[in-house]
Amino acid sequence: MLSFLQTYIIDILVIVLYCILIFIPLLLGVVFALYADRKIWAAVQKRRGPNVVGPYGLFQVPADGLKFIFKEIIIPDGSDKVVFLIAPILTLALSIAAWAVVPVQAGVVLSNINVGILYIFAISSLGVYGILMAGWASNSKYPFFGALRSAAQMVSYEVSIGFVLVTVLMCVGSLNLSEIVMAQKNLWFFIPLFPMFIIFFISALAETNRPPFDLPEAESELVAGYQTEYSGMPFVLFMFGEYINILLMCALTTILFLGGWLPPFDIFPLNEIPGFIWFVIKITFVFYIFAMVKAFVPRYRYDQLMRLGWKVFLPISLLAVVLTSSILFFFNLAPGM
Amino acid sequence: MRIINFIKAFLLIDFMKAFYLAQKYFFRSKATINYPFERGKLSPRFRGEHALRRYPSGEERCIGCKLCEAVCPAQAITIETEPRQDGTRRTTRYDIDMVKCIYCGLCEESCPVDAIVEGPNFEFATETRKELYYTKEKLLDNGDRWESAISENLKLDAKYR
Repeated sequence: MLSFLQTYIIDILVIVLYCILIFIPLLLGVVFALYADRKIWAAVQKRRGPNVVGPYGLFQVPADGLKFIFKEIIIPDGSDKVVFLIAPILTLALSIAAWAVVPVQAGVVLSNINVGILYIFAISSLGVYGILMAGWASNSKYPFFGALRSAAQMVSYEVSIGFVLVTVLMCVGSLNLSEIVMAQKNLWFFIPLFPMFIIFFISALAETNRPPFDLPEAESELVAGYQTEYSGMPFVLFMFGEYINILLMCALTTILFLGGWLPPFDIFPLNEIPGFIWFVIKITFVFYIFAMVKAFVPRYRYDQLMRLGWKVFLPISLLAVVLTSSILFFFNLAPGM
Repeated sequence: MRIINFIKAFLLIDFMKAFYLAQKYFFRSKATINYPFERGKLSPRFRGEHALRRYPSGEERCIGCKLCEAVCPAQAITIETEPRQDGTRRTTRYDIDMVKCIYCGLCEESCPVDAIVEGPNFEFATETRKELYYTKEKLLDNGDRWESAISENLKLDAKYR
């Protein structure tokens, strides 16, 4: 009985340790992402961005976080208090949970499940619940509108993301993220599947409520959308959840199209660099494009957003599924056939 | 035309152009001045905090003519005068309510002896309103402190007056 307990406790401790090992770099990543986001946005507008707190303003984000932690948590009178507080926790927890299957290097992944991509897809679909709950529980009109928009937007763009994933999976023959990366050993998928890469990137922008698809939190129309009634720590949780989601989308773009941890060329100085460094470099690159896009695009009108999702991306990605599968079939390229 | 627009939209050409433009601006030099460490250039005519000047001998310039009090559109200036022992008229009270003042510079222009001037200082925020009610001592003190900058500015601007 004792040994039974011991083995289980050790197992649990090991899992907790792994979780911390994922969570801490993720937290650092979010801090740098927030900082880089503000700096890039500022640079495009010929501003300086945060440069006062710490060297080059690097401590601005921790300082902001600290400020939020010490702020009062205001819970509106008419709100559904339990749901109101669960919503940000759910958002953050789900966005972190998705990282459990992301491989950062060959064999370095918390749980190497064989339906990894499906798991991520499911988790990111659940993410909309946090936003819906926040909007509903706030019992206020702007959060409610924000939540409605967000739900419709995420559902629409997940459809095209799903079809893009199908084309990639057909080329790989596996749902395991590590195997998806290994399948790109000779050719990164963004070359043969370039249109899919673009559609995935734009849909990722829509999934993470980034401009030009930031309608759920359009400040000129909805104050701050579903976050309007939030303050202090719950707001920070939303913020973190959002940025972890953005990093996840960057990581997914990297894994699906940019060859994950693989070096660009399998030659001497490049393949000596550890895989996770390549992974981080690629995520940084994708995030840079995310941040640049934020700096120069105007916001879509709501009907334009829906038109783009249903009338443009859906037909194109459906067509791409048919095309890819027929090419793979007729030229006998499909793996596992 | 519609076909060309369709192709343009489909190939994201406008998007690429915007990206190129943003990237170009990314490397441009910053427009922001790093304020407390760097400062923008001020014109010699800049109308900032008021000061009462003195002659090089140390005698105060103001002769108590009350032209500035009369011209002040915000009625921010209050002056009281009395003859001094040597027979000249001097102010016993010269107050400017900096909260009322609109920094129009009419007092400076009306002054026949260049006594009241608006100097280049604009960083005189205070914590209470009371501190913004400037008395004669405060104004003379300002004059002593900013004299070099003020006389330089007056010299630079003299040919336009």
